[in-house]
Amino acid sequence: MGTTVKELVYNMGGGIPKNKKFKAAQTGGPSGGCIPESLINTPIDYEELKKIDSIMGSGGLIVMDDSSCMVNVAKYFLEFTLHESCGKCVPCRIGNMRLFEILTNITEGKADINTLETLKELCEVIKETSLCGLGQSSPNPVLSTLKRFKNEYEEHINQGKCHAHVCTKLLHYTIIADKCVGCTLCARNCPVNCIEGKRKEVHFINQTECINCGECFNSCSFNAINIL
Amino acid sequence: MYTIKIKINDIPVEVEAGTTILRAAEKIGIKIPTLCHLNLHDFKVDHTPASCRVCQVELKGKGLITSCATSVYEGMEVFTNTQKALRARRVVLEMILSDHPKDCLVCDKSGNCELQSLGEQLHLRNVRFKGRMSKHPLDFSSQSIARDMSKCIMCRRCETMCNTVQTVGVLSNTGRGFDAVVDTPMHRPLQDTKCTFCGQCAAVCPTGALMGIEHMADVWRVLNDKNKFVVVQTAPATRVAIGEMFGMEPGTIATGQMISGLRRLGFDRVFDTSFGADLTVMEETKEFIDRLNNGGRLPILTSCCPSWVKFFEHQFPDLLDIPSSCKSPQQMFGAIVKTFYAKKIGINPKDIVVVSIMPCLAKKYEAARDEHQIENMHEVDYSISTRELGFMFEEACIDLTHLPKEKYDNPLGESTGAGVIFGSSGGVLEATLRNAAEILDKKPLQNVDFHEVRGLDGFKETEVEINGIKIKAGISCGLGNARKLLEKIRKKEADYHIIEIMACPGGCIGGGGQPFHHGNTEILQKRSEALYRIDKKSKKRVSSNNEAIKALYDEFLDNPGSSKAHQLLHTIYRKRNKE
Ligand code: SF4
Ligand code: SF4
Ligand code: SF4
Ligand code: SF4
Ligand code: SF4
Ligand code: FES
Repeated sequence: MGTTVKELVYNMGGGIPKNKKFKAAQTGGPSGGCIPESLINTPIDYEELKKIDSIMGSGGLIVMDDSSCMVNVAKYFLEFTLHESCGKCVPCRIGNMRLFEILTNITEGKADINTLETLKELCEVIKETSLCGLGQSSPNPVLSTLKRFKNEYEEHINQGKCHAHVCTKLLHYTIIADKCVGCTLCARNCPVNCIEGKRKEVHFINQTECINCGECFNSCSFNAINIL
Repeated sequence: MYTIKIKINDIPVEVEAGTTILRAAEKIGIKIPTLCHLNLHDFKVDHTPASCRVCQVELKGKGLITSCATSVYEGMEVFTNTQKALRARRVVLEMILSDHPKDCLVCDKSGNCELQSLGEQLHLRNVRFKGRMSKHPLDFSSQSIARDMSKCIMCRRCETMCNTVQTVGVLSNTGRGFDAVVDTPMHRPLQDTKCTFCGQCAAVCPTGALMGIEHMADVWRVLNDKNKFVVVQTAPATRVAIGEMFGMEPGTIATGQMISGLRRLGFDRVFDTSFGADLTVMEETKEFIDRLNNGGRLPILTSCCPSWVKFFEHQFPDLLDIPSSCKSPQQMFGAIVKTFYAKKIGINPKDIVVVSIMPCLAKKYEAARDEHQIENMHEVDYSISTRELGFMFEEACIDLTHLPKEKYDNPLGESTGAGVIFGSSGGVLEATLRNAAEILDKKPLQNVDFHEVRGLDGFKETEVEINGIKIKAGISCGLGNARKLLEKIRKKEADYHIIEIMACPGGCIGGGGQPFHHGNTEILQKRSEALYRIDKKSKKRVSSNNEAIKALYDEFLDNPGSSKAHQLLHTIYRKRNKE
């Protein structure tokens, strides 16, 4: 109690692997809130966490580095709620499903900017009207990411981009002609065989068939694969 | 009982302790929208799952609460129309509609649907959420109940009716989260369960998820078939309810208009199920007196209600010898039309179609039972509900309010007041007691009114002395009440001579095929009173005085209980699965 998030992560927790950059800490289990880097000096106790829209909850703490997409994080926690909902009351039974679907649409580039207003209102009403604690807290991860990481939501919607490269449907893999040596490794690793090119010649990804799996990116030894 | 003072929208209200905010608001004319809540005051049913979350109001300093499930306390201050409350109701409705087919234009519940009315009240103009929809197979397996669970909003009123009120227990919540739905044991079609087809689930379902199976198309077809002679019978309870569908006050007696409407639809003869009821009284009284005089098994149980019959076949297979062997008025009527009447008018019974207008959904199943056939003909070909008749009038551009009052055809349209009160709980027993008293006392009955057996109560009893014998009679409506009585009988703890049981609370006036009461049981009270008004005004009030019935025995059946009567008017029961 009273230890700050920063101390917990960097001193007791031993920092973030591979020296990646701290992005957020999620406290209190699936229905807690996310603490951004700007609030990393917040002491961990009931009152302080509540002030910044998070909770102690189960006492768990999940640290996310910059390889996490906050929209996807919200979606992940909601998926948990969908499994836990008993289905008795309308807001939790139907509302959480709709929340999950809206988040899915955002991660797949199928939402417009008005969606964020709808999303927020839906979250608030689910919280205000659900019968038990589950539904009353399930929208918390969405609300807190929406508040602290609105730019990430906007980036997904407006630019069709997920800069953490998590939301696969928003990714575009291309081959940088200058760097490609024509080793054929990517073509051999592509599960849908959509990479063409002769040995020792520049290769091309057939965009209509690409499933954004990232195998080419992982296999290329010459950093010739670009993600847009 | 002490009272409590609260303020709703700054208006002071004083109500009894224990009152909900919803009821308190009603007192000052504020009708907060609800959906899942159901209170059948006269039947002591209070279904408050607080699951739809529509009835939100704002409690000063506390935020939103559900008004149906929150009792008032001294000094409480509630606001019903704040931005927050209005938004919550609308967004909750939006959620419900995002998982609803919105098929109103082709939905049989349209116009009677509480979800639809909620939409009207909240003026929602757009459903912003789109996504997965609940999909469930349609269940049209039975003759009586249609289930379309994709229209279910999970209020679970049906469960309360089936499990708590009727103690049948075929409906319960299955699945979790978004997949939660009310279903039968092992997802079986309703036909393969111990459902009694009472239709009480459908009577309270706010949406079109539970409805009656419709047979209107069949009736239109035979009405337009020149080779068919189509006879219709109307059950007692229909005449005091059909008017509601055309804007008449509940309790309006619309017999005359209904008869002329039926003629305009094209029925060749318009007859009365009350004739069948008088006939039932004759046979049942005979059976009762025989058992009474010859040390037969008592009590005798009435058997007019097919839902009750199916209930005891499933639940009390060891007691199959105590119900009366009499068929119901609907079936007796059909049997007489296809034999006696066919011969009388010289038409081949195969060319006669018997249609019944019933307050009931179980009657559809009863008409289709194998036992109820004569020479491979069904005694009753099609049974349609009061509601379906109203729909047919609407289709035929008939406004009941503008029709002249006409009379039933003869001879099967003649009935006594005793045959008419069959539609209300206690009526069958009262009719039987009147008849038994006349037969045993061998003189006309002085006082034919047995007030103790009337009304909507789930259990009533009386003791009358007939010819020196004290007859103890019990009445129960609602299958849960019936179960209690039957269990006492099984344990030999009950000393009744005769018992009437009706599956529907209040009797057939509250049947599953009647115009919807939307939880207002006062409507049932008024229908019941109307039946007793008809009885009161009738010149003849004891079934054995029905001239057409006398002629039927003289010309065809000989005596009550004769072998001919047994062949046509009595039936057998079968053991059914407890599951
Ligand atoms: S909020 Fe609670 S009661 Fe309502 S569906 Fe969720 S788990 Fe069930
Ligand atoms: S159940 Fe009600 S709201 Fe749904 S389609 Fe039918 S009438 Fe419309
Ligand atoms: S079937 Fe009808 S009564 Fe039953 S839960 Fe669904 S909507 Fe409610
Ligand atoms: S018809 Fe009656 S017995 Fe059958 S499911 Fe409905 S309430 Fe239960
Ligand atoms: S009480 Fe009447 S309406 Fe109800 S099931 Fe029995 S016969 Fe039908
Ligand atoms: S009517 Fe109050 S919660 Fe459904």
